[in-house]
Amino acid sequence: MTKNKDTILSILLVSPSILAVAVFIYGFIGWSVRVSLSQWKGLEANYDWAGFQNYIDLFSDPRFHIDIRNTLLFTLIFVGGSLILGLGMAILLDQNLPGESFFRSLFLFPMAISFIVTGVVWRWLMNPATGDRISGFNLLFDELGLDFLINQWHLTPTWGIAAIALAAIWQMSGYTMALYLGGLRSVSDELREAARVDGASEFQIYAQIILPMLRPVTLSAMIILGHVSLKVFDLIVAVAGKQLQLDVPAIYMWQTTFDGLFYWRGAAIGIVLLLSVAVLIIPYLIYTLRTEAEI
Amino acid sequence: MSSVSRSLRRRFSPRLRWKHLLLIPLLLLSVFYLIPMYVMLATGFKSFAEVSLQTMWDLPSGLHMDNFASAYAKLSPYLWNSLTMVIPAAVISSIVGSVNGFVLAKWKFRGADLIFPLILFGMFIPYQSILIPLVEFMKTIGLQGSLAGLVLAHVIYGIPITTLTFRNYYAGIPKELVEAARMDGAGLLGVYRHILLPISVPAFVVVLIWQFTSAWNDFLFAVALTGSRNWPITVALNNMAGSQIIAWNEQMAGSFLAALPTLLVYIFLGRYFLRGLLAGALKG
Repeated sequence: MTKNKDTILSILLVSPSILAVAVFIYGFIGWSVRVSLSQWKGLEANYDWAGFQNYIDLFSDPRFHIDIRNTLLFTLIFVGGSLILGLGMAILLDQNLPGESFFRSLFLFPMAISFIVTGVVWRWLMNPATGDRISGFNLLFDELGLDFLINQWHLTPTWGIAAIALAAIWQMSGYTMALYLGGLRSVSDELREAARVDGASEFQIYAQIILPMLRPVTLSAMIILGHVSLKVFDLIVAVAGKQLQLDVPAIYMWQTTFDGLFYWRGAAIGIVLLLSVAVLIIPYLIYTLRTEAEI
Repeated sequence: MSSVSRSLRRRFSPRLRWKHLLLIPLLLLSVFYLIPMYVMLATGFKSFAEVSLQTMWDLPSGLHMDNFASAYAKLSPYLWNSLTMVIPAAVISSIVGSVNGFVLAKWKFRGADLIFPLILFGMFIPYQSILIPLVEFMKTIGLQGSLAGLVLAHVIYGIPITTLTFRNYYAGIPKELVEAARMDGAGLLGVYRHILLPISVPAFVVVLIWQFTSAWNDFLFAVALTGSRNWPITVALNNMAGSQIIAWNEQMAGSFLAALPTLLVYIFLGRYFLRGLLAGALKG
């Protein structure tokens, strides 16, 4: 009898959270979908039906094309850069060198601070001014005689978003390092020793044995970073304000909704973002939970 | 004998000495990671007279507090807003997460395995997809613009990660411990209070730190849900940086002040921070 009572009690204990998730996540997503199919423009809610035409309009919107392009470019540079740098750092830290834990903490500390702080500081480091008003990295390059490196940073035509990606790499490569380091630590010493006995060089051990074993880590890191880059917002706002050249879906969503009062469009952008994240995350969730269940 | 001689040979082999060359790239990388910190501190400690964009890479002549003092004077109300918002958000989130994690790990009811992934998905959603309803909801219940609304948002959208962290922690605790307590007649609450809660401190630390850090660093919810009087530090700092009037030296000092609380947490409790970080990648 107590067992039944406890089952009811357990359901009672979690039901507020389940209800909250049901309403504030799934209910609100549904609500957003409804707004995205409406004609709501202006301060007063308006749920008159507009249908999928809203999405067609969004995808034929030149500004949204800039957003898609910027997001793709940002994702490519940010995810690629963080993976390469993170893996490199993890391999370096896996060599039993002195100061290992110091370096590890140092590479990871940017994860503890906000994108806003990072953005405000990098805004000055990447100051595009030249001539008398030169400052930041450009000034440093000038003083070091590396003038050829002086550039316009985020104001560079076409590639400006890469400067933002650089700041994002600074912030999050330590995280990929931590993921890779966890993976490297799970490769047993016996395996490495056996390979050495067989005459494999350190390079061969990494290239042929360890790196293939790290593939699942790479996959997780790509998915986690990929979904972060789809959502990028604060960092760009803090570095560059809201300018069209560096526009991404999250910024467009903000401006069109809360500045322009095009609620239908803001909701549609939110739902497009959600679907892109879902494509990455849902298979990952299923895969992770299934492997977890097997263990 | 062979393994001893091999390890001796390895210790004194040239490869091991060469290996120390790898410290060079590590030191160069350290410079890369420290640059923003250097600029924040070097600028912060300069006197007003020394501040100039042309000398931004120079060391300050001494430890002047001018910039920190004037940045603090402008930002202190917002730093306090952040603090009064973050503490309840972190504490409530931890309690909620602990109860959920306990039930989902040790007292599974039918359907629990189906509900868990649905909760987890909430961890990854772009908040742009719920932002309009959230703001409308806060308006309806009269919390739009207030810190209480922001706390509520952090608690609710923190449910997935806090539940996950506690569930994984409790899942690692032997079933026998729970079963033994039940044999002795302990009910659900008894098991939680007497068996699991006393050994939950590490999980509480992880979750408290995680929620503290993410609520402190959050910008999107803050800018959407609070009015100018209740801005947390991230919003205030961003506005300070966006205005043309305020000097960059104050922005650097202000950035450091905004980063300090979470940096201190990282410096002193980094191990727990890392665990929260890895839990977010579902790496338990």
